[in-house]
Amino acid sequence: MTTSPYLLEARDLQIRFGGVVAADGVDLAITEGRNLAIIGPNGAGKTTFLNICTGWIKPSRGRVAFRGRDITRMAPRKICRIGIARAFQHPQLFTEHTAIENMLIAASARSGRQNPFIDMHNLPERGEMMHLLDMVGCADVADRMVVELSEGQRKLIDIAIALALKPALLLMDEPTSGVASAEKFAIMDILVKTLAEAKVTAVFVEHDMGIVENYADEVAVWSGGRVQFKGSPEEVLQHPEVIRDVIGGEVA
Amino acid sequence: MTFSRRAILPAILVAALALVPILAPFLQVVLIFALMKGIAVLGVTVLLRAGQVSFGHALFFGIAAYAGAFLAASPFDDLVLLVLAGLVTSAVTGLIVGIFVARYRGIFFAMLNLAFSMIFWSILEKFYYLTGGADGLRLPRPTVLGMAFERGAFEDILYYVALGLALLLGWFVIRFLNSPIGQLYQTVKTNETRLEYLGISPRVALIKGYVLSAALCGVGGVLMATAQGIVTPSYAYWVRSGEMVFIAVLGGAGSVAGAFAGSIAYELVRTYAAAFAGDIWQLLLGAFLLVIILFAPGGLVGIYNSVFDRARGAAGSAKRETGVPKKPAEVRS
Repeated sequence: MTTSPYLLEARDLQIRFGGVVAADGVDLAITEGRNLAIIGPNGAGKTTFLNICTGWIKPSRGRVAFRGRDITRMAPRKICRIGIARAFQHPQLFTEHTAIENMLIAASARSGRQNPFIDMHNLPERGEMMHLLDMVGCADVADRMVVELSEGQRKLIDIAIALALKPALLLMDEPTSGVASAEKFAIMDILVKTLAEAKVTAVFVEHDMGIVENYADEVAVWSGGRVQFKGSPEEVLQHPEVIRDVIGGEVA
Repeated sequence: MTFSRRAILPAILVAALALVPILAPFLQVVLIFALMKGIAVLGVTVLLRAGQVSFGHALFFGIAAYAGAFLAASPFDDLVLLVLAGLVTSAVTGLIVGIFVARYRGIFFAMLNLAFSMIFWSILEKFYYLTGGADGLRLPRPTVLGMAFERGAFEDILYYVALGLALLLGWFVIRFLNSPIGQLYQTVKTNETRLEYLGISPRVALIKGYVLSAALCGVGGVLMATAQGIVTPSYAYWVRSGEMVFIAVLGGAGSVAGAFAGSIAYELVRTYAAAFAGDIWQLLLGAFLLVIILFAPGGLVGIYNSVFDRARGAAGSAKRETGVPKKPAEVRS
């Protein structure tokens, strides 16, 4: 493994879907321990960036390195195994299972156990998984089918699943959209604290500037398929172009 | 508590099955075929749990039966070895076919399986100097652990072997489905994206279950060949594949107990309806399946569960059925 000062480094990423340029020379470096928020208007290529970083989409040009290792052409499952987990904008859960079962399936995947005589419900990781559910405020619905839960709860379980993999880097796509606004900050408080304790660096796409301001160490502004600015929340959120293009009417 | 009560009827039925050779020998032939077919249907059931249907699983039923027939013609003509040969042959074939078909889902998966099975069927038909063509191959009665038995005794032994294997394999499949590896396998049905993002290859997860499903069909096939004393290409014909899917849905798609409940019901109806209703027995079975699909998608096991729930609800405080029909997938073991 070559030494790189960055946890994740994207260089000159390019991809187009038909006539739409979803990534047009994306350059971004993520430092370990510095939570990064990605902001920008719809269609700016934020989710595409997450898709490229996790191997779901292969860029036509450019490269992504994780801890100095080239992961550009790696399959998502391989990238996942070396320490990049993902939570989705639309939660990706196992719809015929309960919340705790979803967590236990994640634990099963992580442990790689092949013994057909262990009952998944009796896995030693059960306590740890309950703890993760508790952390995202879903312990009381652990035994409910995930399809019965609210969109917000499902998103939080989706994040808990990603955390169950013990990643070094967690990519989240609008983690608190769909979560009741009264709970957003409480959830983010716990989440950011847990991430810090577990030494997980977070990258999250976010539209709520309040969340960005309070929980990001760095902010990258996306526009037209590339990173326009990157800096501390104070710098970026004060920037006139950002206020005009991204925040728009939100700040009068 | 509720589980143990629910298990009373199945336990009585198993006990009744065990007593059939003593108390009702006239049912023995029908039920031995039902048990053997049930083991094969169990293979289809395993696949249904991953949300996949195969219209070609008779391939594994057939290939194991022929492996048994070839071995039976050799000096190693023993029941244990025949079953093992069927198991290994179908599992290995399942792995090879699985590598190809596990890329596909839904109708493509079903049809590709069908294609593989029909290729095998053609080989059985055309390479007659090896396979006996449409006439098939005879299986002389094998020894059991080195001991030779008379026909009657052998049939009793085979009946209990079938019953024992049905219970053992049914138990194993339930354990497998509840294990971490089995749970990951079943998520192929609900969310392959998340599975991939858990670091698991959905294809590999599917292949694992596919090999198990092929092996189960194989055990059913080699037992059936031993019981019938002959194997023919019809063992691998698509009608047989369709029949296995039919029985799985009849019993309760995705249900382990349903594989056997469906199989026993099917064989009984087939045998007695054929005797009493002549040519319309298939019509009766077809109509029955329609009723099941439309009104009881959980199959026989689903009906049992809902009757049980209703009785319990009427008797005490338990919650009543919501009236929403159970999806086949919700029927467990």
